Amino acid sequence: MKKKSIIRIANAQGFWGDSALGPKQLLAEEQLDYITLDYLAEISLSIMQRQKMQNPDKGYAMDFVELLKNIVPVCKEKGIKIIANAAGVNAKCCLRNTKSTLKSLGLHGIKIGIVEGDDILKNINRFLCSGHEMRNMESGERLSSILEKVLSANVYIGAQPIVDALNQGADIVITGRISDPSLTLAPLVHEFKWSMSDYDKLAAGTIMGHLLECGTQVTGGNYTDWKEVSGFANMGYPIVEAQTDGSFVLTKAENTGGLVNLATVTSQLLYEIGDPKNYFGPDCTADFTSIKLTQQSKNRVAICNIKGKAPTSSYKVSISYEKGYKILSTLCVSGPDAIEKSNLIYKMVFDRLAIHGIEIPEQDRFIEIFGTNVLYKGLVPKNQQPHEVLVRIGARGSDAKKLDVLGSEIAPLTTSGPPGITGFSGGRSRAKAVVGYWPALIDKSEITTSVRVEEI
Amino acid sequence: MAIVKLQQLAIARSGDKGNISNIGIMARSSDIYEYLCKKLTADVVKSYFKEITFGNVIRYDLPNLNAFNFILEDALGGGGTETLLTDAQGKVYGAGLLHLEMDIPDKLFESITMTK
Repeated sequence: MKKKSIIRIANAQGFWGDSALGPKQLLAEEQLDYITLDYLAEISLSIMQRQKMQNPDKGYAMDFVELLKNIVPVCKEKGIKIIANAAGVNAKCCLRNTKSTLKSLGLHGIKIGIVEGDDILKNINRFLCSGHEMRNMESGERLSSILEKVLSANVYIGAQPIVDALNQGADIVITGRISDPSLTLAPLVHEFKWSMSDYDKLAAGTIMGHLLECGTQVTGGNYTDWKEVSGFANMGYPIVEAQTDGSFVLTKAENTGGLVNLATVTSQLLYEIGDPKNYFGPDCTADFTSIKLTQQSKNRVAICNIKGKAPTSSYKVSISYEKGYKILSTLCVSGPDAIEKSNLIYKMVFDRLAIHGIEIPEQDRFIEIFGTNVLYKGLVPKNQQPHEVLVRIGARGSDAKKLDVLGSEIAPLTTSGPPGITGFSGGRSRAKAVVGYWPALIDKSEITTSVRVEEI
Repeated sequence: MAIVKLQQLAIARSGDKGNISNIGIMARSSDIYEYLCKKLTADVVKSYFKEITFGNVIRYDLPNLNAFNFILEDALGGGGTETLLTDAQGKVYGAGLLHLEMDIPDKLFESITMTK
């Protein structure tokens, strides 16, 4: 195989539930080497774990398998490879359904790589027994304090297993929880034969992945100067054109809306990062303070001079656990004194619960009066006399049945409360299980990943 | 001196990590960046968000991008999965910070009005 001088990687899904326009746009591209699909936000795996508990055939991004029907025939024709963290917590099922879906389309000769080893739910006890405390990175608490409530535990693994799958000729690589930027870094390591100890290059690939991972958030979506952006309906999904030295251009799909400039790219560089000198990943630690950006031409930003260093000796683990319940109801209060009336009905609800014998502590009660600048509490002046407000009343607790009584005491406010209450529809709200998020670290030496490539 | 909103001086993007909100701020020019280095301190941001954020505020500097990254601890009512807040992931905190009013020297004010 002739070594390519430029590799073009695009991201067609920024999250589980992103628009189907991305794949459509990107398949129309003249030259593309890889399409990545990023399905896993922090909360996604706990939702998938719950789905799997209810149905052992679920627990992965089922949209992915549907999407493949449309994209694989074109990708096969154009030689585009697909990398997706679609396996969630059920790699076996995801692989089985992917294979049967592709077979049903009459496709053959396609190699599918499956990466496993990120799911450590079954090993949690063993790790704790051997002295791994997996303390909460925010609170410092020991995992043993919530052990029996744990729902899922997944390690953010790195690029290497994807590289292995690509080296074995995989056309499609499916993973579970993997560090999002590693989806992009892996094909670069594979194509350019980058060493896994060339940290400047690994950092460059990691930053490419960081820019791509949220889809159109780097091409004009959610951008402060949104009035400069045109073509919102057909926002272009992002593409990187990477060179073997790690420098690259960020651009977007042809004939699409959106905007790529220094500010849209910088916005995404800054998104959800901590210390910019030490952006920790499983493959390297990247330094955002070294990056140089240049506007090359319209909708093309060149990025170079990225520095990196060795990764830490641990992986981040994302653990989710049962943390009680929450309930929320919404209704509209209008007319004179809307705010005063809203505060009255808030009090009414919890007083009524008390009459039912249900005491909700003050700190577990919740009200948001929309229309009074509640999202900008203290930042902008309150809107003192709105003629209508949306009121969200809620509570948290350990007993779902007690919280459900709150849901049943919202509708009666329309006849027993003050006047001007409307907009209550859609039935009683019910208590929902709260999934707690527990970020922790685990020694890399404890984790074994595996790769299997199967041909259909 | 002139009074302007931070939005005239910078762009913003915000998001979350657990119960922490991050706000990225990019100055619209290097002169503005130098000015914001002195004036848009972690203390200023902490006091501005006092009704929303209950932990420490840390500022990281990225002079290569004329940018800052602010970390707001204990700012999301327990974090994305468990909070009752509508803005569970601090998505609007960046826009919120852009409402901040700042005194700026006349020369800097002229530079921003000239580019408009």
